Amino acid sequence: MRRVLEGLLTPLVSIIIAIIIGMMVMLATGHNPLQAYAALFSGAFGSTYNLSNTIASAIPLILSGLGVAVGFKAGQFNIGAEGQYWIGSMAAVWVGYSVKGLPPVLHIALAIVLATVAAGLWAGIIPGLAKALFGAHVVITTMMMSYIAIFLNKYMVENGPMMEKGFTPQSPVIQNSAMIPKLIERTQLSWGLFIALAAVLVVYWLLFKTTLGFRLRAVGSNTRGAKYAGINVPLYMVLALFISGTLAGLAGAVQMLGVQQRLYDSFTSGYGFTAIVVALLANNNPFGIILSALFFAALATGGQSMQLVSGVPAQLTDVISGIIIFLLAAKKIMPVIRKKWRKHLDLATERGAQ
Amino acid sequence: MSVCLEIKNLTKRFPGVLANDRVNLELRDGEIHAILGENGAGKSTLVKMIYGLYQPDSGSISLHGQELHFSSPRQAIQAGIGMVHQHFMLIPALTVAENIVLGSEPGNIHYRRKENEEVIRQLSKQYHLEIDPSAKVGDLTVGLQQRVEILKVFYRKAKVLILDEPTALLTPQEVEQLIQVMERLREQGIPIVFISHKLDEVKRVSDRVTVMRAGKTVATVETAKTTPQELANLMVGREVVLQVSKPPQTAGKPVLEVQDLVVAQGHAEKVRGVSFEVRQGEIFGLAGIDGNGQFELVDAITGLLPAKSGKVVFRGNDITKANVHKRTTAGISYIPQDRHADGLVLDFELTENFVLRDFARAPFAQFGQMHRQAIEAHAERLSESFDVRPHRIHAIARNLSGGNQQKVILAREVSREPELLIAAQPTRGLDVGAIQFIHDKLLELRANGKAVLLVSLELDEIMSLSDRIGVIHDGRLMAVLPGGQATREQLGLLMTGVKLEKEG
Ligand SMILES: Nc1ncnc2c1ncn2[C@@H]1O[C@H](COP(=O)(O)OP(=O)(O)OP(=O)(O)O)[C@@H](O)[C@H]1O
Ligand SMILES: [Mg+2]
Repeated sequence: MRRVLEGLLTPLVSIIIAIIIGMMVMLATGHNPLQAYAALFSGAFGSTYNLSNTIASAIPLILSGLGVAVGFKAGQFNIGAEGQYWIGSMAAVWVGYSVKGLPPVLHIALAIVLATVAAGLWAGIIPGLAKALFGAHVVITTMMMSYIAIFLNKYMVENGPMMEKGFTPQSPVIQNSAMIPKLIERTQLSWGLFIALAAVLVVYWLLFKTTLGFRLRAVGSNTRGAKYAGINVPLYMVLALFISGTLAGLAGAVQMLGVQQRLYDSFTSGYGFTAIVVALLANNNPFGIILSALFFAALATGGQSMQLVSGVPAQLTDVISGIIIFLLAAKKIMPVIRKKWRKHLDLATERGAQ
Repeated sequence: MSVCLEIKNLTKRFPGVLANDRVNLELRDGEIHAILGENGAGKSTLVKMIYGLYQPDSGSISLHGQELHFSSPRQAIQAGIGMVHQHFMLIPALTVAENIVLGSEPGNIHYRRKENEEVIRQLSKQYHLEIDPSAKVGDLTVGLQQRVEILKVFYRKAKVLILDEPTALLTPQEVEQLIQVMERLREQGIPIVFISHKLDEVKRVSDRVTVMRAGKTVATVETAKTTPQELANLMVGREVVLQVSKPPQTAGKPVLEVQDLVVAQGHAEKVRGVSFEVRQGEIFGLAGIDGNGQFELVDAITGLLPAKSGKVVFRGNDITKANVHKRTTAGISYIPQDRHADGLVLDFELTENFVLRDFARAPFAQFGQMHRQAIEAHAERLSESFDVRPHRIHAIARNLSGGNQQKVILAREVSREPELLIAAQPTRGLDVGAIQFIHDKLLELRANGKAVLLVSLELDEIMSLSDRIGVIHDGRLMAVLPGGQATREQLGLLMTGVKLEKEG
């Protein structure tokens, strides 16, 4: 229990500091911070509609955040989740519009399987094998592969093989049988929510209850120790990236089949990049990822209404996430704060014991 | 002599452990003051508080009568306190001079290499710590790296030196040099706090000894007026036997056969054609000076390093090409010499570290699912029977004291009931009681007809335990001698590469 509390402390302190700094920025620029935050909050959670949309945009963040976390746990800094998201999206959309005559559940399942495998291979084969065989840096390879995927998507819908007839750079709409039904009509919230929650459970189980997870974590925290333990280290590095890519691909598939229903020509979704922060803030804890994904989703959806109501530019939410990243990265200051805090806790428990 | 550093009633509590309980210590000017104590007694915690790495919960530290409160090592350094950690904090790619000035570089932006090297050269002369300032730290032996750490302390103008288990990683020759360095520093009036588990070193070099037990300082005695036996008794709180009793026994069939083994690391051949065998019910000791290929040899036997040529045969099967996992499950246990790098996953709980070798096997796992109850029960059992302290199976390995980390590895490897146990420096960093315990375990395996390959840099350990002793020099086995007959002089000569004349 205590460990859980301590685990929550760093993220909470970071968030609070970021919010306070956000306030100061607003004061300095002549806005009313209370009004702005109230608008942000009600924009994110204030109505069924807003709440549904916040949860809906948390879904791809949960899934790709899980992917990043699995990679981190195994010591593989997969920062190319964005690219894997697009590979998954393309595969899902392609199956979605080109395969015909399948019953709904099967069609969705097929699209998801193909999307996850494709994204998994995208992360596993080139960055994974390059790392395992030549020691190439995963940060660099996944990043580069990410750009390739993003441009591949652009090509596909701009005069490429997936472009719909006409002049708009977009793909055909997927078949009805491939659409993940909405949970609440006229919002973006689909049954994909349950896919995301199931993924959280599966990833937790995988990491902490299975021998596969034991191997991945051992490779992640001490490669020499892992080798000594009889683990095939290169194989599990590749596997970690594969699983990581799979989850990012699942994020893309669920988003396409549940929300977007076709590919557009967009430069980035942003989900794959935010996923890194989501995983960082949750300290790679699968359940923590639900909360941190919701937090960033709320910033994104609430930011719009904050701008409308109080005139504070929505970009302020980017400032807030930036500060959070900075604080998490500068963990150095955290032990200091924590130490002060722990002293209080210790004193409290001591008094309790007497 | 006047008091330099005075510690009064210092207390430090970690969650669930009272690591230091009203500790008192008085360091006089110009003395070498040893701290002795069992593993986990709180020695490292004490000196880390003096050095500002931990903050005491209560109590006081004063230097020349002035009370000090450090919130970081930086402040301790400014006050003139220097410390060398057991695990060095050097950057291998930089030179000696660069490492020493790192963090307190003189001048601004522009780094003056020549001038700096000259300063370091002067410094090393002044303190009689000979070293080449332009050498790359990565190329230095452990003993020389330690010298760099000590120089670093003096470069920061330390007036008090703290050494936490400085001899644990050193070869006997390097220990000798370190002792000389310490004695010269004492002549210059620099007080030294010296932590060690080795009673003979403490006896030789220190003026006074403070003994710690279970977080408390139990006594401070003048070294000259005490005996190793008395010190051991003080540490453990009961009588300790400092002798090994080894009943005679005849060895059985060969368990491990090494034939013409060659092992290369990078371009250098570290093992150049070694052949020997280890039989059931015997302890085969491998003696040698550090860096002569003994650890590459055992890494090749356990599968951590590939063999370039030659054969490793285990119970009649050629395992030269088998992976680590196969060798482990076939019945080879291995206590690696570098416990932090190989033997443990420091961020894992003890439960997980106890099954590091067998996590994928029943009863700990089935169909890829780990069985928490079986793993916890196993951890409880081992932690109990090997007296791992604190007795908390969900503790993170990193938070254990050095000696207790070693016990975790030992417990795991011995309890697997291996056919062959390879023990590389198994008692490094252990207190006398624990060493006794380990030696008993090795003898117990021997009595049960198992084979033991013991690699140690300490001749005493090899000589008191081994049935046969192989001596390795420059990657070659110089000779194999019967344990009872080999003399210290013979072994010493062989270790330096001098061939003995054939008798008869
Ligand atoms: N950072 C920490 N967190 C929790 N417990 C700790 C921490 N550091 C030390 N301890 C505990 O405090 C006790 C004293 O540890 P310490 O490292 O001071 O022992 P030591 O006397 O140096 O032992 P050794 O001879 O084995 O190095 C041990 O029980 C240890 O587990
Ligand atoms: Mg210690």
